Amino acid sequence: MVGAIRYRGPDEFGLYRDGRAGLVHARLSIIDLATGQQPLSNEDGTLWVIFNGEIFNYVELREELEALGHRFRTRSDTEVIVHAWESWATSAFERFNGQFAIALWDARREELILARDRLGVRPLYLCEHRGRLWFASEVKSIFAAVPGIPRALDPVGLAETFTFWTVVAPQSVFQGVEELPPGHVRVVSARGSEQSCFWRPRYPAGPDEGFRGSLSEAAERVRGALLEAVRLRMLRSDVPVGSYLSGGLDSSIVAALGRQAKGSRFITFSLRFEDAEYDETPFQREVAALIESDHRELLVRREDIAEAFPAVVYHAERPLLRTAPAPLFLLSKLVREAETKVVLTGEGADEMFAGYDLFREARVRRFWGRQPGSKVRPRLLERLYPYLARSPVAQRALAREFFAAGIAEWRAPGFSHFPRWRASGALLRLLRRDVREAARGSDVVGRLLASLPPEHGRWDHLSRDQYLEVRTLLSGYLLSSQGDRMLMAHSVEGRFPFLDPDVVALANALPPSYKLRGLDEKHVLKRAAEGLVPKSVLARTKQPYRAPDAVSFVGRSSPAWVEELLSGGALLRSGIFDPAVVGALWRKCRDHGEGGQFSNTDNMALVGVLSTQILHDAFVAHPPDAGPPPRFTTLVDRIDRGQP
Amino acid sequence: MSVSVPERVRKFVLDNFYVEDPESLLDDTSLVKEGIVDSTGMLEVITFLEDAFHIRVADHETVPANLESVALISDFVQRKLQLRATG
Repeated sequence: MVGAIRYRGPDEFGLYRDGRAGLVHARLSIIDLATGQQPLSNEDGTLWVIFNGEIFNYVELREELEALGHRFRTRSDTEVIVHAWESWATSAFERFNGQFAIALWDARREELILARDRLGVRPLYLCEHRGRLWFASEVKSIFAAVPGIPRALDPVGLAETFTFWTVVAPQSVFQGVEELPPGHVRVVSARGSEQSCFWRPRYPAGPDEGFRGSLSEAAERVRGALLEAVRLRMLRSDVPVGSYLSGGLDSSIVAALGRQAKGSRFITFSLRFEDAEYDETPFQREVAALIESDHRELLVRREDIAEAFPAVVYHAERPLLRTAPAPLFLLSKLVREAETKVVLTGEGADEMFAGYDLFREARVRRFWGRQPGSKVRPRLLERLYPYLARSPVAQRALAREFFAAGIAEWRAPGFSHFPRWRASGALLRLLRRDVREAARGSDVVGRLLASLPPEHGRWDHLSRDQYLEVRTLLSGYLLSSQGDRMLMAHSVEGRFPFLDPDVVALANALPPSYKLRGLDEKHVLKRAAEGLVPKSVLARTKQPYRAPDAVSFVGRSSPAWVEELLSGGALLRSGIFDPAVVGALWRKCRDHGEGGQFSNTDNMALVGVLSTQILHDAFVAHPPDAGPPPRFTTLVDRIDRGQP
Repeated sequence: MSVSVPERVRKFVLDNFYVEDPESLLDDTSLVKEGIVDSTGMLEVITFLEDAFHIRVADHETVPANLESVALISDFVQRKLQLRATG
């Protein structure tokens, strides 16, 4: 199983098995290089753990556990997990400040415990087949190891992908495979299985709850919490740590605080684009100069994106609607080549501090929804999207119609995301009729809204919108397809200061007006960053990270496999899409050509179809490659010796 | 003891917009000219008025004469409330 994902941990391999369970591990050595091998056990060898990730507060937890009488053999964070489970059971996980997928095997009670970190930084999949439970960090590991296992795409997973831009755990895109939701733990034994939630995002249920200080006080607290989060992630490592620099506010803050915490220079990594509309080089270089980093850049062209795309999808293990993961895949390769195993990044800031246009849009749309007949209120949309003010009347009217949909339902759950979900829903028309009908019948929006926490209705509107974004796009897409998968493809670990529990708790407790002040996004974060990052970065309008999408696949440099995968034959073989609809889409995209301006929908449609076809080819039509069998440095085999 | 309309409006402005020196916010201080509330901040003021006083603010009423200062806002709200009481 582990051969298929050896890139996740090329340094060492370990195995434990007895008559009931097996644990196998591929290690990316970052803390306690000498003795932190896995699987690792408690003092008497009755409890074993494998895990992917880091427990950043392992030093403090270890002190607590030693005081309770536990004895440690190694210097690793891994060992903290077994002893924490022994003392605290399921309440151990909320004490972990970290990112993790954990599997604990209690050999005496014959119980398997699976846990995943609060926000889904690390992946964890499960699959039951013929009375056995298989679990792994990536689906390919399960598919490669279990020969008879059925492999098929799930229409419900496709429905979620084309609606939410991602699947939402526990749903995966493969039939019969589920993903453990973030912040959950599952205990499995012969007696059955029990799942519980040890953490979920919480927001104030009224103005009397939450942070009560002034804006200045809030900014100070935010800065302090971020500095500590960066310090932990920068320094708790036995190998060098670098940082990504996108040129935007969030990664600039992380890199600047990283410099403060470390006290000396480190390597920063940035993407540059041939296409000027995506490029942010000047800002990146300004920050790099300010913190005197050893700055490395990677120039990405459309051809590079197209060429890398099949590997990108192989690692993402899900359909993609954007090519944005591809440059990140290439960037992590550069990190590896620079002999760096760990990078800090700015993911999470937009969710926690309300950075996305979606939050501003929702505020305007609610304001408008209170007076749907108003002519003045929708004009605020032009403040969000200045191009609207400059557009021809017809385009303004169309845009207004787009934003007006469902406007009277401004109090309804999901209101903030309806325009996005509706637009993406148009992509369902690409599906072959039977797949489409199965997808439509699953009412994925209804299912998601029914699963909202009961206290959701008491939160202010911004908090509700933030929760939805965390639950869908952060965990399912950003941390996965743009995060963990692209980093680990080249054996690099990402660390995310904005996802630190104290940062998240503070951000969630802030009054909405501190985060979104009028229509000024991430207000308190910008205040916290004054004096820390260049003024030019603070003053920038929000530029979401994107890469050239459909345009990467048309024109002279389009690889042959693109035409092949979109051919009638290939579409019939995979049986997912309607060949006539895709044929028309592809002709339209080809006609637009290299210089073309693709609509948002066409961009998502072409990338979505291509990536799903690649996924089908790599996982369904053929089983993923198991890779050469690894050599185990740790091998605990209790089957032959007949031990319990 | 109930809080008066001007007091509620004043508290809202102080709580939600950064006013360095609360003493400097007089009843007739121009919120927009002094940069206390910008045009998108008006969105929040209007939302507050609608929620707190259960009134509706129509397009033609979003004018400086009704919204420029704490005093003008309070007068505007009180007129609306009176209309509702008598109408």
